[in-house]
Amino acid sequence: MSVFRDVTQAVPVAVFKLSQDFNNDQDPNKVNLGVGAYRTDEGLPWVLPVVKKVEKVIAHDDRLNHEYLPILGLPQFRSWASKIALGAASPAVQEDRVGAVQCLGGTGALRIGAEFLRRFHNGSNNTKTPVYVSAPTWENHNAVFASSGFEDVRSYKYWDAQNRGLDLAGFLGDLETCPEHSIFVLHACAHNPTGTDPTQEQWMKIAEVMMRRRLFVFFDSAYQGFASGDLDKDAWAIRYFVSMGFEMFCAQSFSKNFGLYNERVGNLTIVARDPDNLQRVLSQMEKIVRTTWSNPPSQGARLVAITLSDPGLFEDWKANVKTMADRVLLMRAQLQAKLQALGTPGTWGHITQQIGMFSFTGLNPKQVEYMVKERHVYLMASGRINMCGLTTKNIDYVAQSIHATVTSVQ
Amino acid sequence: MQSRRASRAGASKHADKITKPSVFVDTHAAASNQEAKSLFAFKTDDDVRKVYLAGREYLNEQGQPYVSPFIGKIKRRMSSDQTLGSAHPSSFGLAEFNHRATEAVLGKKSSAIVENRVLGVQTVGFTGAVRLGAELLRHWYNGDAAWQGPVYLSSHCDDSLAGVFQAAGMPDVRQYRYWDAGRRGVCMDGLLEDLETAPERSVVVLSASAHPTGAELSREHWALIARLMMRRQLFPFMLLPVAGLCHGELERDAWPVQYCQSLGMELLCAQSFSHCFGLYGEHVGHLLCVLRQSSVLLAVRSQTERLINALWAQPPVGGARIVATVLSNPAHRAEWQEGVWHMAARCMLVRERLREKLRLLGTPGCWDHLTQQTGPYCCTGLNVEQVEYLSKRKHVYVLPNGCLNVSAVNSCNLDYVTEALHEALSAEPLS
Repeated sequence: MSVFRDVTQAVPVAVFKLSQDFNNDQDPNKVNLGVGAYRTDEGLPWVLPVVKKVEKVIAHDDRLNHEYLPILGLPQFRSWASKIALGAASPAVQEDRVGAVQCLGGTGALRIGAEFLRRFHNGSNNTKTPVYVSAPTWENHNAVFASSGFEDVRSYKYWDAQNRGLDLAGFLGDLETCPEHSIFVLHACAHNPTGTDPTQEQWMKIAEVMMRRRLFVFFDSAYQGFASGDLDKDAWAIRYFVSMGFEMFCAQSFSKNFGLYNERVGNLTIVARDPDNLQRVLSQMEKIVRTTWSNPPSQGARLVAITLSDPGLFEDWKANVKTMADRVLLMRAQLQAKLQALGTPGTWGHITQQIGMFSFTGLNPKQVEYMVKERHVYLMASGRINMCGLTTKNIDYVAQSIHATVTSVQ
Repeated sequence: MQSRRASRAGASKHADKITKPSVFVDTHAAASNQEAKSLFAFKTDDDVRKVYLAGREYLNEQGQPYVSPFIGKIKRRMSSDQTLGSAHPSSFGLAEFNHRATEAVLGKKSSAIVENRVLGVQTVGFTGAVRLGAELLRHWYNGDAAWQGPVYLSSHCDDSLAGVFQAAGMPDVRQYRYWDAGRRGVCMDGLLEDLETAPERSVVVLSASAHPTGAELSREHWALIARLMMRRQLFPFMLLPVAGLCHGELERDAWPVQYCQSLGMELLCAQSFSHCFGLYGEHVGHLLCVLRQSSVLLAVRSQTERLINALWAQPPVGGARIVATVLSNPAHRAEWQEGVWHMAARCMLVRERLREKLRLLGTPGCWDHLTQQTGPYCCTGLNVEQVEYLSKRKHVYVLPNGCLNVSAVNSCNLDYVTEALHEALSAEPLS
């Protein structure tokens, strides 16, 4: 008898199942608007030109040593990655109270941060501290914090389905009534899945409550550069919080903005009150990393570090990011225009108002089912579409499909 | 600190803002681990004769981590290969890598592979493999949703291993006797006794090869251990941290795993390809799970995927691609295999030289074990005081438990190292 005989089949991860179903679909018109990765107008993944350039440099550089990276990762990568989020001129950086841990993608950064907080935040090993994630949020947020030992992962009000926008009153209400020292996972920009970000004024209100109620700020920054095409603009919320004196964690992913999905390049940026606190935190982070993966992989981090630290390559990268962001903006504009031209019932302004890779179309589950089964257009049950799945070749078909769906299914 | 902050432009704004204590105020500094302390002491030692023998990596005759020019060629070719995609790999990593890594451990004709009751997962290095295996046990071992242990580790094992199991949520980590300092070999009586008295269904972590002391279990030993473990329903978690470097071949190093599998045992096995490919920075690891029945494979696979998603989502692809490319191509494989034989052979050569030198110096103690063992790791039998003497007086650094990495010894430092060992073993203890 197997010692694993009682293992139950896990529910498949929705987005992976969607991709699987899409792959198995034989329909020639099929479109995949499910997965959260950038695609070119040819529907292909894009290796950024700057990445190709730097990869060759690395492969031909015999001086690079092949040893294990330090436990906390490549120092150059860590400091440059943090500067991308906070701004090189950030007072926090100048004051030596910013540190970082190189992690396995955004997921790894969230996990290491969560493991630290479970051990050291709000007492010692306090697994009952509530962790708040937005309603809705990236589905893995729940899993990461729960796996780290937190028993109470809840949601804070975020998406107002009726008005197709941010439920600020609900959000602020949850911030006012939650237990002190609760941990809040905030999307730095390009909220996944709604594409709806707080405005600057709204962020200010959120920050005020969080500071007053001593709530822990944990930013998830997976799309810096993707929201507006401008790195600094996309980091406004993070930088505002830092300027208001917050200590915080920020989980950064370079999967999307460097197209390095499979190299697993992430960074957990830590902003502390002073260098002394920072050092103690980093010492504990080392212990946590040592028992998770011991040392992070070098390839992706090296690539990012070289790119960010060279002015010419940095400009190349910014241009590549803008290329991706611009394509997304173009698809948004075109989809909205086509829906309006078709006279599709409902308002579609949210398609261009929403930010980043994703759009919450507002299609209900029945309509989504129709889209998938009848039209072979694959999107998440929540109505979320990945704008990158749209191309000049399929956008007419998708617009027509949405039109057909909305008019046939209520 | 206050005046420094105040004198920076805009800093007063900051000082106003953070007046209350840090949210991290209760986070105490972590005690640094032995390896880190040792390394720090070495780095800050400015004696020109200093030698570091406490590292994990295999070093070549020039004292550098092994870098295969052949691997460099493959990396360059891959960097200009347009067809290599950048998309998210599966949570389990590269299929071809897993296929080869699994074959390397179990052998192509393994009944477990044929009967489709094997799960192979690419992990973030060796630690990632152990952690993932630990998480799987924690959540699913014998239907217990929160299994606490006990997990048995050998004496003289890597000091971070216990931490990995504890981090996964199993606080009950115990030790079984392994290294016999007197006989400079495995303490079989103690080992069997400890396993005999372990609670049934305990998990026992065993080094298939390259135990930190270098002491190996013979085939007869494995037969005894396997029988005992089956009788007492103890679960084996096998370790292959430097796959290939002991006997020069992946399959030979993995013999104990094949043996246990052939007896019908279920097991986990963590292995690392960092060393035999010189891919330390890429951190290529693999977790193998051999099940008794194929009927549970899908469920175990699906739950393993969930665990991976919450740890690192997907493993990094670079190193695994290289390993898969090499192992799948007969010509590449042959060239790579030469390199591995060379590493294993060099370890044996260094051991011989160490033994011979110590013999010529008349160093107290018996040094036969140096050449009876294989692979890079070896326990010298030095006690704590002698280890300290070695580092403080002679600037030669070994692990606090007296273990060292023989590959770090080369023709430049051999004389100095052996003289230092001799002195440490003959000297009066430091007061």
